[in-house]
Amino acid sequence: MAEDKVQLLGYWGSPFALRVKWALKLKGIQYEYLEEDLPNKSPMLLELNPVLKKVPVLVHNGKPLAESLVIIEYIDETWTHNPLMPKDPYDRAKARFWAKFADEKCVPATMSSFTKSGEEKEKAEKEARENFKTLESALEGKPFFGGEGIGFLDIAIGWLGIWARLVEEIAEVTLIADDYMPVLSKWFKDFLELPTIKEALPPRDKLLVHNKGFREMLMGGST
Amino acid sequence: MAHEEVKLFGMWSSPFVRIVEVALKIKGVQYEYIEEDLQNKSSQLLKYNPIHKKVPVLLHNGKPIAESLVIVEYIDETWKDNPILPQDSFERAQARFWAKFIVVKWLLSLWKACRCVENEREKAMEEASENLKILENELKDKGFLGGETIGLVEIAAKIIAYWVGVIQEVAGVEIMSRQKFPVLFKWIDELFSCNVVNESLPPKDKLAARFRSLLGSR
Repeated sequence: MAEDKVQLLGYWGSPFALRVKWALKLKGIQYEYLEEDLPNKSPMLLELNPVLKKVPVLVHNGKPLAESLVIIEYIDETWTHNPLMPKDPYDRAKARFWAKFADEKCVPATMSSFTKSGEEKEKAEKEARENFKTLESALEGKPFFGGEGIGFLDIAIGWLGIWARLVEEIAEVTLIADDYMPVLSKWFKDFLELPTIKEALPPRDKLLVHNKGFREMLMGGST
Repeated sequence: MAHEEVKLFGMWSSPFVRIVEVALKIKGVQYEYIEEDLQNKSSQLLKYNPIHKKVPVLLHNGKPIAESLVIVEYIDETWKDNPILPQDSFERAQARFWAKFIVVKWLLSLWKACRCVENEREKAMEEASENLKILENELKDKGFLGGETIGLVEIAAKIIAYWVGVIQEVAGVEIMSRQKFPVLFKWIDELFSCNVVNESLPPKDKLAARFRSLLGSR
């Protein structure tokens, strides 16, 4: 059998590259990591992801794939040990639904609370909090979204436990309110403490500086 | 075999509902269709999709599933005949990518451009056009989007192309034109003339009237 060649084009500060890394690690897949110096996108990135020109890009035996959740499902279907997705079609549909909810509802509201000011900021903060609260219901009384152990949905949304907290610190907002959503708050803590997950995390202080700078740039410099 | 109860909550002018309907028809699934009045949503819809309160919602033996692409994957995994997604995992990943692109970057971006206020319109139109260029280039390069066998991507493209045509005409814009995107148009024309898709398309004038009223108040 030919040897599998797996490469991941990523960026150290990208949560989407991180969740793909988690999937690869959980499967024990050997891969070559290539750091992109964003915004100076390499010719390789532009060639492998001409459509969206973004990281992460997974290259498996020369064939590129983009979009982190698409990549994670591909990884799960190609390397079938330690399954990430549930078996039952209905449970799979729920996992996909909630991953989409997190990306399309929690993330934009979090971003808005990060970059806006005044009334808009307050409104976004409330909305983000409510969306996180809604996400909590998807745990359905289990320790992880995947059940007793972690699965697709855990790695799809776990990054928010880091990034939302950074937003809270930098923008001085409350998103994952511990008393309002104790179950979700606990899940974030437990998930991020898992060795495989923790090992892949970028250094927090570096992320803090990076995101502070990012915010300043988005808000137009001086406040 | 136990009796299967399949219900689809939909709205006739939603392309996302159509995509799900075509999937059900291709699989030969018997289902009950419930037309929703979105101004006056039924208690059932609110019960089965409390989070988004939108259509389509599929109800299978009492279990609700929302979000059209999630529903289609569920349908494909539950009723195994006539696969809608490619069997090969790489092709399947490509199909997922392009299906999402078609919905978000083709339809929604163009819809946004048609609804934008004056000063944002040019930028939105440019973005919609850029997205179409991506489709055009991919088709020029590969001859197809996603996998080589007909399935979700082709169904979605055919439906979205139809809707976009109507929306453009009503809005009086021409972002997607045959001159600018000849390969895309040719591909759409040549897409399998499957009766299942064609029969599912609502009459153009009826759809146009609907969008006229949606866009009208601008």
